[in-house]
Amino acid sequence: MSKILGISAFYHDSAAAILVDGEIVAAVQEERFTREKHYADFPSQSIEYCLQEANLGFDELDAIVFYDKPFLKFERLLETYFQRAPSGFVSFLNAMPVWLNKKLFLKGLIRKELRKLGMNKKSKVKLLFSEHHLSHAASAYYPSPFEDAAIITIDGVGEWATATIGRGRGSKVEILKEMHFPHSVGLLYSAFTYFLGFRVNSGEYKLMGLAPYGNEQAEQTEIFKKTILDKLVQVFDDGSIWLNQEYFSYTTKMRMIPDNKWEALFGFPKRKEGDPIDNNHCNLALAIQEITEMIVIRMAKGARRMTGCENLCLAGGVALNCVANGKLERAGIFDNIWIQPAAGDAGGSLGAALAVYHMYFNLDRELNSESDGMKSAYLGPGYSDHEVEAMNEKHKASCEKFENEEELIAELATYLEKGSVVGWFQGRMEFGPRSLGNRSILANPSSPGMQEILNEKIKNRETFRPFAPMILEEDAAAVFEGVKSAPYMLKVYQLNEDFRKDIPEGYKELSALDKLYTERSSFQAITHVDFSARVQTLSEEQNPKLHKLLSEIKLRTGIGMLVNTSFNVRGEPIVCTPEDAYSCFINTGMDYLVIHNYLYNKSDQVHLVNTSSERKEFPKD
Amino acid sequence: MEFLSDMWQFLSERKKYWLAPIIIFLVILSILFLIGSSSAVSSLIYTLF
Repeated sequence: MSKILGISAFYHDSAAAILVDGEIVAAVQEERFTREKHYADFPSQSIEYCLQEANLGFDELDAIVFYDKPFLKFERLLETYFQRAPSGFVSFLNAMPVWLNKKLFLKGLIRKELRKLGMNKKSKVKLLFSEHHLSHAASAYYPSPFEDAAIITIDGVGEWATATIGRGRGSKVEILKEMHFPHSVGLLYSAFTYFLGFRVNSGEYKLMGLAPYGNEQAEQTEIFKKTILDKLVQVFDDGSIWLNQEYFSYTTKMRMIPDNKWEALFGFPKRKEGDPIDNNHCNLALAIQEITEMIVIRMAKGARRMTGCENLCLAGGVALNCVANGKLERAGIFDNIWIQPAAGDAGGSLGAALAVYHMYFNLDRELNSESDGMKSAYLGPGYSDHEVEAMNEKHKASCEKFENEEELIAELATYLEKGSVVGWFQGRMEFGPRSLGNRSILANPSSPGMQEILNEKIKNRETFRPFAPMILEEDAAAVFEGVKSAPYMLKVYQLNEDFRKDIPEGYKELSALDKLYTERSSFQAITHVDFSARVQTLSEEQNPKLHKLLSEIKLRTGIGMLVNTSFNVRGEPIVCTPEDAYSCFINTGMDYLVIHNYLYNKSDQVHLVNTSSERKEFPKD
Repeated sequence: MEFLSDMWQFLSERKKYWLAPIIIFLVILSILFLIGSSSAVSSLIYTLF
């Protein structure tokens, strides 16, 4: 028996994961418990949950592993300041206190926090540290269904590495090539995220969602791309890049870029958060998105040349760029691609544990070629009916319990068909940033105006942002071009011509909002303005109950497809407990809520005001 | 002690001994700041400088 606890923390998205004999038993982000998005401090509640799920105490663990190496990170920090001195002195003064009081003594700090959770002071459990990108690589390869695969990891920065190419064979992962700080694809993308008025480390997916509003035929987009490639970034054949530090400030200042230089370069001012979005912003978003795709594809070609493998595993924050992933798949460089659903730093906790299991303890890997080892990412907390009933009592929630699941499914399908919005809460919650069918808001994708309803009345988020479809695996090929299995909603595909509507002449020149409101698809709510969609395919094995619901929808409409968006509002972590779900349901425009087999109708709830006043305010992200 | 031995092992593995005096200086400085913030010993610190 070998039991390993993995931890990621102190940067963003702290999380914990637990392995028992190589099986991933539990994994969860701390934000789900603290209700603070991207929570970065020690993941105490996640650790407690993981141990409870595995039914283990600290003394029964063989090792606890942290997902990166603080000394190596500190070395990078000191060397970078030393190289850039005297500029960067203010940033140095800002960074040092937290390093000298906390991060440099991480081993002691982790032990202290673990003791607070009940670990014996004299515990002999090993405390280990894995390299950041090795953690990502391990999280990508070990749970994948491949025996032999190339591995690419790309993110902002770990210790020194910002991207790696590696290979996984049997139970070993080997890093073959690294790209080092300050040259980073993740930081390049984050710099544009900042310039276009979104938050670094959380707004990158908004930039990705904005890019399709750009006009690829516009001269301005071409000029932007040329400017980026001439002035900001040099891209080499193997996908490695060199960033011109004259245009970046992150090594010496507490900001990403010198605003004035970028404003002079692109000819418009930095967008402030909340400012209206115009075509300049859309075209620049498109330009950097296309350059990112070019870099990722070149890296993949380099990885293929270097390893000769037919399979590719991906992780790191940039692997959450679904548009780039979709294009990478269509480029056909690899026969098969598997992407870790928790590709960001949260997944580092899992990767670190896997790396220790296979490479420190030298334990064999049992490959399941039927599916991957992620259990559909349903690795988080689940709740009993007893707990749901306790919540009902506490909030005087009115609901109907269905003894017959088929009846519940049929009733829900009717509501969805009529255009109602349903909160769906089942089983264990998802690990990673996506709701994949256990903590989801579901809606009819062909219902007119559904995108606006969901964005404005329910999610309270920016109008321009698209929604994703969840579709029966067997129906996917009929609706989307070239679709392969996509259980984790990590790839973008184009809608088939059959479901597209004729768009007016001059559509590409329209403003973002005009494009958004142009009728372009039979499934308007999930079709982005460029006819793309971030597809999740769903099989019966993956989620039997949701499969039943989609099958019922198929019986009625011909296609088993629904809008699937995360069960939360803007700035809120995805709901974790039945109480979180009920509170979110009450305080938004959702019509129905289903928790297990309990159905809640909004119009039957009598204690709306009280619950609303108790609800935590979530700062907009 | 564990910190010092871990740090020494790290510097030896990386062959970056030149970082040692910088790290020692920064750690001592931070300890002094930490102690200095406690009023009982702050007068002793001032005499050092």
